[in-house]
Amino acid sequence: MEPKVKISNLHKYFRKNEVLRGIDLEVYEGEVVCIIGPSGSGKSTLLRCINLLEKPTDGEIVVDGFTITDPKADVNKIRRNIGMVFQQFNLFPHLTIEENITMAPVDNKMQDKKTAKENAAKLIERVGLSDKLSAYPSTLSGGQQQRVAIARALAMMPDVMLFDEPTSALDPEMVGEVLAVMKELANDGMTMIVVTHEMGFAREVADRVIFIDDGVIMEQGTPEEIFANPKNPRTIDFLNKVL
Amino acid sequence: MDFFKVFVEVFPSLLKGLGVTVQVTVISLTIACLLGMTACLMGMSKSWVLSGISKIYVWIIRGTPFIVQLFIVYFGIPQFIQQLGINFRLTSFQASAITLSLNAGAYLSEIFRGGIQAVPVGQMEAARSLGLSHGRAMIKVILPQALRICIPSLGNQFIITLKDSSLAATIALTEIVYMGKLYVGRTMQSFATYMIIGLMYLVIITILTKILNVIERRFAHGTEG
Repeated sequence: MEPKVKISNLHKYFRKNEVLRGIDLEVYEGEVVCIIGPSGSGKSTLLRCINLLEKPTDGEIVVDGFTITDPKADVNKIRRNIGMVFQQFNLFPHLTIEENITMAPVDNKMQDKKTAKENAAKLIERVGLSDKLSAYPSTLSGGQQQRVAIARALAMMPDVMLFDEPTSALDPEMVGEVLAVMKELANDGMTMIVVTHEMGFAREVADRVIFIDDGVIMEQGTPEEIFANPKNPRTIDFLNKVL
Repeated sequence: MDFFKVFVEVFPSLLKGLGVTVQVTVISLTIACLLGMTACLMGMSKSWVLSGISKIYVWIIRGTPFIVQLFIVYFGIPQFIQQLGINFRLTSFQASAITLSLNAGAYLSEIFRGGIQAVPVGQMEAARSLGLSHGRAMIKVILPQALRICIPSLGNQFIITLKDSSLAATIALTEIVYMGKLYVGRTMQSFATYMIIGLMYLVIITILTKILNVIERRFAHGTEG
């Protein structure tokens, strides 16, 4: 089976600073991959390279059979297939929740307005916020905003979902509701790549856990292998600090 | 001196002048908004030619007094073109409108730039990650938020342009101050006349401020959170 996402020899420099130093990673359909590691290790940069929010310096990324690192690739089209959820939610504050969800599919001419609205209603129900369709983002709690952000990404019917520390900006009591939505998504078979500090979530939901440090994949394996039986001293050191 | 008598005598012609003031201001601001947005987007473009043109434009307008710009447009440029053997003239209304547009356009472009830069980077990233092109993301996500941020400074510039239009009296545009000067020249009633003109500006600008406040509130929903 072809992997959904195939990353080969990925390098990323910020000026002279090499943030990613040769990453190879394959993610298969329906797989949930959690990326853990200390801050500054390059895990967010890796994620942002997958939808070209960061331009890789070197290496190849293939998503769904499309080589997105090809200079001739249609970036906008490729991104429609890859959902992204940000740490800071980044909902559009001047649009209602419904408009936040319907804007992109309509503007990209993938759905007409009516279909998009029906879709939005279903998605918002899925994240449990049906009564908020006509509200503006600023009236929502952080956890609610992040659930809307997930619905907004899903409206594009992506094949892969990227999560960039989706619970790091949340008050502790709101982390659970967001993780619950993500868990449900995983159970529905969505291919997910999640950069996270939530070790509990990684342990429970991930099919595979990747530990990154210094821009390199130091260790990867099933949650049991990584959390119960880490081999690499850096992994052991990191887990000792966070667990 | 009879203030009331002066008022009755001068008010009709001042009202006519006010009409010209409002007309030249509205036309100039409309052009200035288009010009300012164009210059702003050019200034932020990756092409150094486009951004260079925009920077030189803003540099020249900001670095010279309005009245000098007005004289160059009204006296200087037509003379220069006439020396080339081409019959060219601008009416004082045309020259005033051109200068006010160019002048306000430069300041507006800076105001727009400030507004666009005040929108968090994450907004552009979110829009791009949903597959919108840079241009579409600008139109659907960045500019609506930037304009809302701009509204107070925008209002400020509208008021400045309205008041600057009075300098067109120096090139005989029959706006409110010019009409007042004509009356004072005939009657020597400078105190009453200029007080009335001052009050008329106050009234107009108060109304304009109220309208801008309403617009600001209209656009306020959702932001800042």
